[in-house]
Amino acid sequence: MQKNIGIKIIVIVAILLVFTSLIFLGNDWSRSIAAIKEHGLMAGLKESINLGLDLQGGVHFIYQVKVNEAVSAQSDHALELLKEKFPKADVSKPDPDNQPDKIVIKSLPSDSVEQFNTVAGESLLEYDSPRLGPDSTYILTMKASALADIKSRTVAQSIDAIRNRIDTLGVREPTIQEHGLGDYQILIQLPGADDTARIRALIQQTARLDVRQAFGSVNGFPTQDAALQASGGVLPLNTILLPGRDVNAKAGDQDRVYIVAKVPVVGGTDIRSADTGRDESNRPDVVFNLTRDASQKFDTFTSAHNEQNGSPDPYLAIILDNRVREAASIREEIGGGQVRITGGFTEQSANDLTTLLNSGSLPATLVSIEERTVGPSLGSDSIRHGVQAAIVGLVVVMVFMLFYYKFAGINADLALILNLVILLGFLGLSGATLTLPGIAGVILTVGMGVDSNVLIFERIREELRNGKAAAAAVDQGFARAWVTIIDTHVTTIVSAVILFLFGTGPVRGFAVTLTFGLLANLFTAVFVSRVIFDAILSRKERGAALSI
Amino acid sequence: MEFFRNTNIDFLGKKWYFLGFSLIFSVAGLISLFFWHHVPLGVDFRGGTLVYVKFKSTPNEDQIRAALDKAGLHNARIQRYDTAARNEELIDLPQRVTKSGDVSGDSDLTIQALRSNAPQGQQDLNNVGFAAIQKALGESDPLHVAPSEYEKIAHQIVDFRDKQHDWLFKDLDEVRQAGVPAAVVDALKKGFYAGDFHVFGTEIVGPQVGKQLQKRALLATLYSLAGMLVYLWFRFEMIYGVAAVVAVFHDTLITVGAFSLTNTDITLTVIAAILTLIGYSMNDTIVVFDRIRENVKMMRRESLAEIVNRSINQTLSRTILTSGLTFLTVLSLYLFGGEVLRGFSFALVVGIIIGTYSSIAVAAPMLVAYQDWRSSRAGQRVPAGSKGKASVGAK
Repeated sequence: MQKNIGIKIIVIVAILLVFTSLIFLGNDWSRSIAAIKEHGLMAGLKESINLGLDLQGGVHFIYQVKVNEAVSAQSDHALELLKEKFPKADVSKPDPDNQPDKIVIKSLPSDSVEQFNTVAGESLLEYDSPRLGPDSTYILTMKASALADIKSRTVAQSIDAIRNRIDTLGVREPTIQEHGLGDYQILIQLPGADDTARIRALIQQTARLDVRQAFGSVNGFPTQDAALQASGGVLPLNTILLPGRDVNAKAGDQDRVYIVAKVPVVGGTDIRSADTGRDESNRPDVVFNLTRDASQKFDTFTSAHNEQNGSPDPYLAIILDNRVREAASIREEIGGGQVRITGGFTEQSANDLTTLLNSGSLPATLVSIEERTVGPSLGSDSIRHGVQAAIVGLVVVMVFMLFYYKFAGINADLALILNLVILLGFLGLSGATLTLPGIAGVILTVGMGVDSNVLIFERIREELRNGKAAAAAVDQGFARAWVTIIDTHVTTIVSAVILFLFGTGPVRGFAVTLTFGLLANLFTAVFVSRVIFDAILSRKERGAALSI
Repeated sequence: MEFFRNTNIDFLGKKWYFLGFSLIFSVAGLISLFFWHHVPLGVDFRGGTLVYVKFKSTPNEDQIRAALDKAGLHNARIQRYDTAARNEELIDLPQRVTKSGDVSGDSDLTIQALRSNAPQGQQDLNNVGFAAIQKALGESDPLHVAPSEYEKIAHQIVDFRDKQHDWLFKDLDEVRQAGVPAAVVDALKKGFYAGDFHVFGTEIVGPQVGKQLQKRALLATLYSLAGMLVYLWFRFEMIYGVAAVVAVFHDTLITVGAFSLTNTDITLTVIAAILTLIGYSMNDTIVVFDRIRENVKMMRRESLAEIVNRSINQTLSRTILTSGLTFLTVLSLYLFGGEVLRGFSFALVVGIIIGTYSSIAVAAPMLVAYQDWRSSRAGQRVPAGSKGKASVGAK
């Protein structure tokens, strides 16, 4: 018996040491040790226990990815292909907003039906085989698997692009991940960040850059009507109107309307890389290098349309996110695959644009659906208050236990402290995040830890009152209380696990600390407390009274 | 020391008082929930924009409202945050549906609306982050050092502002006290001014997210209740599970009712507190039930009502102690926990009182009522623990 207790005590002390060190070392030991060496023990604590944004301060965004835009872009390819192959048929997308993948082909000449089936079978692999609708129209819809694939790829690409952009901000440990289940949402958490407006702009800018031919005038037109009038009331074939303002325009100038080609000469995917540079007068500018194919295309285009050979409309417009940013005349053929955007940049805006172009454009628009900023001092305020209050509460409880249960009270207090140490160690080890709701979990854990001890002690007292000897009373007290403790703990753990599975962020934080805490409690309240009792009893004479 | 010894209170005899008490509070809560304040959902669930602002001097709520109205932000709810001496206000704007569906615009509009006398082209030092200060210093480069030096200085200034100066500089000369070189302060004066307020937090939740959160929080809670019911059914009897879940439901109803009566917002953190009280109340109920199960086996002669009474009395000492101690912890959280934790600790304070009460006054009497109902039909006793799974083991 004596020897047995010795081993148990060693086990308990070992566990205490392991978990105490885990609190300070966390799951990335080398970094925590470095922090402790440099800034002392508390720095290790900060390193290993991840605090949620509500406790640490920072910015939190949730964006909805408009995945249908990507689907729409994909089906545009099919649409163009069909238009090209069957110029006589009427090919359209009847409901581009809600069913962006649906294409309807009307009045297909009867001698083309066979060819149409071949094209659909060979070139439109991501589409189901065409369905014959009423009035001999053909309906093409995307395969469900292809549709799901495009959507999830769009989210993944958006996350990549955002990560590249956030990386330039130098935020420590940003979280950028898909949020919710199948809702196509992205969660971004940036601890310690405080420049919300700039970060928002950086994340949300689609950064879809393309270069198109402009028509009519290189300076655009003051209004839509003026633009239409200049081209004789109807827009030239395959052109659209886009708003914009030349960067070299004076401040306070109104937006102008440009007539530009529908199809770009150079699209976003044609850009290989972008750099910040300087123009002749040493102002910042942005240079982008084209891929080989694109630079050939650009060369061909500029040799066909320039002022030297007198071709009509020798103008280029640089368009960023559907706004004309700059328009210029093409003086001569441009080779070498470099396009330079000059004028109107500050150091920062040139850098930001370069970052955006290099990080890749967003495949679809992001709509902000949630945004929270917590000032860093507000977060540390709630920690300080919360911890202060918790310590006051804890001390009151511990002092009371000492009064009420005398020597056994020490027992309970030790178990309680060990419980908290194990819980915090778990948090450090698992890298789970401690949030305000997580602190609620800690409070419930402490409550149930106290409860387990009270249950056991009251039971022991009862057995003593019934005339049992100290050893027997302890034995019976633990055995009886054990049943109750198991029931209360398992019930609560069951509910915590369910909360974790079905809950969202904060509710999950609560569930995690609660589960860890209760598991620790089962060990401390029942095993540790018991060993201490046994150790005390083994030193006493048989039949001596128990201080409880 | 001992407070309770061999108490013998006839709890079941008071069941009509209990019923009356529970009814009064439940009905009061229900009336408020349906006819008065309804469920005062926090911004997390209803969607909208919250802006937390600290002012230099006592804020005038009418002026704030007028400024917001002028900026097109109507129906703002403006209320004091924390104690009056702190000059803090919480501006609560209803959700506006914009064409793009983007929700982030209103907080920026609010800040612009509050900014009444901004010097042209200057930034408000009381409302910028370190990045903006770093950038401005990097561009003017007053010390002729590496840009990374300015990052340190920018952090130093912001930390000093937030921690020592309660987020607000009265004027730029106060920056000197942060221990930064005078040249830096002079450089800052060219691009910055000290505004009248500081925004220390914003929360913007779109309607879509709000609905989603509402649904998931509700489902998670219901599923977890079902999980507990199944476990208790397995360990005890069906009726024990039902009684425990009814008691917990009773507690939740009264607590939510208390939030409605006091018109306190139910936020996600409050939901965590409600989940805590559910766990706590369930724990309390199970302790009593466990004792009942044990006594049912040992006291074969007595009626269930007597057994239940005896069990409650036997566990009374533990119930009062545990509840009292937990209550103290939670009360200290309520008193010293600060404004952020207010709603959260309020839920716990109410919840712990009600949770303790319900295990004695709701859950236990339900067992007896069920048995009475059964025996009036078939004349048999509730077979508590009769499955033999609940062996009380003496080693």
